[in-house]
Amino acid sequence: MRDFSYLRADSVEAARNAAALPGAMLLAGGTTLIDLAKCGVAEPSTVIDISHIEGLDAIDVAADRAVIGALAKMSHVADHTSVKSCFPAVSEALWQAASAQLRNMATIGGNLMQRTRCPYFRDPQNFPACNKRAPGSGCSAIGGATRSHAVLGVSEACIATYPGDLAVALVAFDAEVDLGGRKLKVEDFFLAPGATAEQEHDIRPGEVITAVEIPGSAAARRSTYIKVRDRQSYEFAAASAAVGLELEGDGRTVRDIRVALGGVATKPWRVRAVEEALKGKPLDEAMIREASELAMEGAVDHGANHYRIALAPRVIARAILKLGETA
Amino acid sequence: MTVHDMKHAASDSARLEAVGGRLSRVDGPAKITGAAKYAFEQQLEGLTHAVLVGATIAAGKVTAIDARAAETAPGVLAVLTPDTIMELRGASDWLGNPPSQPTYAPLVREVTFSGQHVAAVVAETFEQAVAAAALVKVWYDETPAIVDLSDGKAGDGIPIDAMTKEWGDAEAAFAEAPVRICAAYNTPREFQAAMEPHGLIARWEGDELTIWEPSQWLDGMARTYAEWFGLPFENVRLVSPYIGGGFGSKALALAHSAVAAAAARMLDRPVKLVLTRPQNFTSYGGRAATRQTVAIGADRDGKIQSIVHRGVNETAVDGMWVEPLGSVTSIMYATPNFSSKQNVVRVNTVVPGAKRAPGENPSAFGIESAIDELAYELGIDPLEMRLINYAEQDPHAKKAWSTRQLREAFAAGAEAFGWAKRSNAPRSMRDGRQLIGWGVAAGTYPVRRAHGEAVVKLLSDGSVEVESSSIDMGQGTYTILAQTAAETLGVPVERVSVKLGDSHFARAGVTGGSRLAGVMTGAVHKAAGQALDELIGLALSDPRSPFQKLQANTLQVRDGRIASPRGEGPDLSIADFMMAIGRDQIEAKGDTLPASTTPEERYKNYTTIAMSIPHTEGDYSRHSWCAHFVEVRVDEDFGTVRVSRVVSALDSGRLYNPKLAESQWKGGIIMGIGQALLEEGIVDRRHGRIVNGNFADYMLPTNADIPDIQTISVGIPDPHSSALGGKGVGELAIVGIAPAIANAVFHATGKRVRDLPITLEKLI
Repeated sequence: MRDFSYLRADSVEAARNAAALPGAMLLAGGTTLIDLAKCGVAEPSTVIDISHIEGLDAIDVAADRAVIGALAKMSHVADHTSVKSCFPAVSEALWQAASAQLRNMATIGGNLMQRTRCPYFRDPQNFPACNKRAPGSGCSAIGGATRSHAVLGVSEACIATYPGDLAVALVAFDAEVDLGGRKLKVEDFFLAPGATAEQEHDIRPGEVITAVEIPGSAAARRSTYIKVRDRQSYEFAAASAAVGLELEGDGRTVRDIRVALGGVATKPWRVRAVEEALKGKPLDEAMIREASELAMEGAVDHGANHYRIALAPRVIARAILKLGETA
Repeated sequence: MTVHDMKHAASDSARLEAVGGRLSRVDGPAKITGAAKYAFEQQLEGLTHAVLVGATIAAGKVTAIDARAAETAPGVLAVLTPDTIMELRGASDWLGNPPSQPTYAPLVREVTFSGQHVAAVVAETFEQAVAAAALVKVWYDETPAIVDLSDGKAGDGIPIDAMTKEWGDAEAAFAEAPVRICAAYNTPREFQAAMEPHGLIARWEGDELTIWEPSQWLDGMARTYAEWFGLPFENVRLVSPYIGGGFGSKALALAHSAVAAAAARMLDRPVKLVLTRPQNFTSYGGRAATRQTVAIGADRDGKIQSIVHRGVNETAVDGMWVEPLGSVTSIMYATPNFSSKQNVVRVNTVVPGAKRAPGENPSAFGIESAIDELAYELGIDPLEMRLINYAEQDPHAKKAWSTRQLREAFAAGAEAFGWAKRSNAPRSMRDGRQLIGWGVAAGTYPVRRAHGEAVVKLLSDGSVEVESSSIDMGQGTYTILAQTAAETLGVPVERVSVKLGDSHFARAGVTGGSRLAGVMTGAVHKAAGQALDELIGLALSDPRSPFQKLQANTLQVRDGRIASPRGEGPDLSIADFMMAIGRDQIEAKGDTLPASTTPEERYKNYTTIAMSIPHTEGDYSRHSWCAHFVEVRVDEDFGTVRVSRVVSALDSGRLYNPKLAESQWKGGIIMGIGQALLEEGIVDRRHGRIVNGNFADYMLPTNADIPDIQTISVGIPDPHSSALGGKGVGELAIVGIAPAIANAVFHATGKRVRDLPITLEKLI
């Protein structure tokens, strides 16, 4: 039997203290941890249940900033009236994530800690080599079945796709993650694998995510999340885009634009090249499509995932066109 | 054994109860309230838990197993390996052929596929067994594996001469035809993906073995267990009250079943073994991957002159599965020249098995795609193309169809769908950035017939019990047998309780090939008729009967009451009559076998499929038929395909319960949508291993992927197919859905996708 100790933290401070223990893992909604424990990937020596900490599930939305508590449920945030009006891309990303059952359980903080669906990562029994699980052991995915693997931010150590939706929208709008003592951009919180595939987040022992803060903006108010996938529900993105758009008074010139990609990169992937190419330009389909191609600079495929290089810019372009049409 | 309270289901109206009425499923309330106890949900005293260890290589030898850490882990009772598991005898196959080996080893030293069972751990709790199984260390001597049909080492395979169908001179006629098309069509390895996993509880009491296991064939599986352990057939009892989906996968006792039963024997404790979800993708076979080429030569007016068909399916290194790829090809269209041949190729996989409409399903993908290609080659409407080549008789058997309402299906489906409004050119219909396509395809499934047996008991309170070792895996056996008994006996349906899923009940053969409803309604009709005859006989002749003095020739039973047809004399409930004559029950056992059948033949009939009756026996060729009309929307940028409308017109003969038939048809259509767009076992070619063996990564349709589906019954009673006039229902509707979708995708996009599933990268 794989024994572990279970601690229930009733305050953030207690959680932080316990989280500093070696082998400790936090339990919130449980949708990732229990899944990974069952397939032999997560083997915590201590499970710290933070789901009973009071006050961490608040959703506070003002015009200039939204603060979402780490324990807020995905379904609650998705359905929050002010989130829908001030940050539609955030709400849409959440609605299209996972399934209704999972959204009712999973928390915002836990969602940021969601790990890849790479089948090699999830099957230690049959595929011992995985740099994420066992640094230096190699990557079983490279040369294998790669239809769902990343094309951006990959390294020789790891090509696993970041699977989430919410963080793609957060990265587009410069959201920050609050780790108690430290606040950092969500974009910086996620780490591309490089040579250290095991390090997925900039989080230190003893740190606990307490909230996510999203700055309000005109682009965030006029935003959308488009997710393309093989089936219509309960599936990870083949490619997704979170886009926010602010137009000049003429109703057609781009004043501000935010673009981030999901499903095709090893982390939520902001594409500033596309943003810069379109700022100050009038909306035009041909130009939007051309600019969207800039997102794939540096893309590397591994055969079966080649199609994602063609697909991702089209998702960006569709999202921009959709926002432009609602002018 | 299960007795249903019929009151919930029968509250609608009397009309629902008769055969042909839309009675709701009588097992529905038990299932939705959780009262239904599935096979391995039994709580037994002293129950232990077994967990399997699967091979991590696809080919090679187990050189050593170190079980010491597992053996000393908490709660562990035994670690079974090829060296320590008890020896089992070889069992005959499902045709009754004797075993090729005298012994059977469900845990192997020679590995022929990844995931094959090499060890098992039995512990007091499930968690202890899981933990200890991870401690079993296995060393292998790995050899190169043939991973799939496209593997360079796979070769051309083995010709299966029994699959060859030829008439005329197909090659020459094709060469001379003025219009020709030839294309290759591929289907991937697919899985049955039943929600309820495979598993069982095995318990020994002396030399008597009880198995609780979801089963599509109690008698056949009980025979296998009996042979493995050298027991008389009667010593094995299989119990399977409900089945959470089978789709062809639950008809045989498998290696994991043998491991659990052997472990129970060795430990003298009941053992529960349930496959994990990933093990459900490697412990038994799904639908074999297939490759077909279809060449059609035609006149300029669209009349087919020749069809040349070649097929290949994968099978296992150590097992044979033939997926009959020419089955639809050879009967759907009239052609003076025809040739179909098939090979099988051995690859390192678990032996493939039956999945809903094995053979007909991939066969239809080939021919129904090809006929569409021919229609476009000629510029003829694809529906018109099918009517031009309508087969007025079975072109292969050269016999009349028993019934073939396919023309009616085309007409009814086209009318309801609005086919006449279709513009034939590809990419000619759109809605914004969505390309719209309309496709049509036909489907068919043979009427597989067999014999069955049922016991019908009239009890002293006037209620009726029906017993059969057949099963209900959601298709509605409980319900239609209640309707059949009620109608035959003249009692209200809520007075009938149906007991299924126990091999100690009256015998039944396999529930597969869409045969059960036809077989069992016939058997229950016969047994109930015998019970009624006895009841009326007693009423007319028993000295204590109030009817005796009537001196009538016959009596009738209606709504549970006995009376003379003219209404004179007494009018008694069955209960009052039974009391009057002092009987506590009338029992009749009816079967559909000829009276001359020997006990050996009866055993063979129920425990093998060797005595199935050919669908072309006698003067007729018997099949169900259907026509599917499908609308797809394809995103022009993303290549994503969504099915937005399905209208299917189907000929399953007479429907015993239209509500349940429609439910089965829709289930087949939904499964076909999954096959067309989503389902594919993805193999890591270096390891010969399925890497998407779970319900997140093996794509099945969600509710959001399924549009409203309209089904239209165009069947008429077919007296040549079954006692009550029905033909097969369960498998028919999946046949033809994938090509209808592929044809619609071509209409939408101008791209012909010949490899399933039609995923977005094939269209962008």
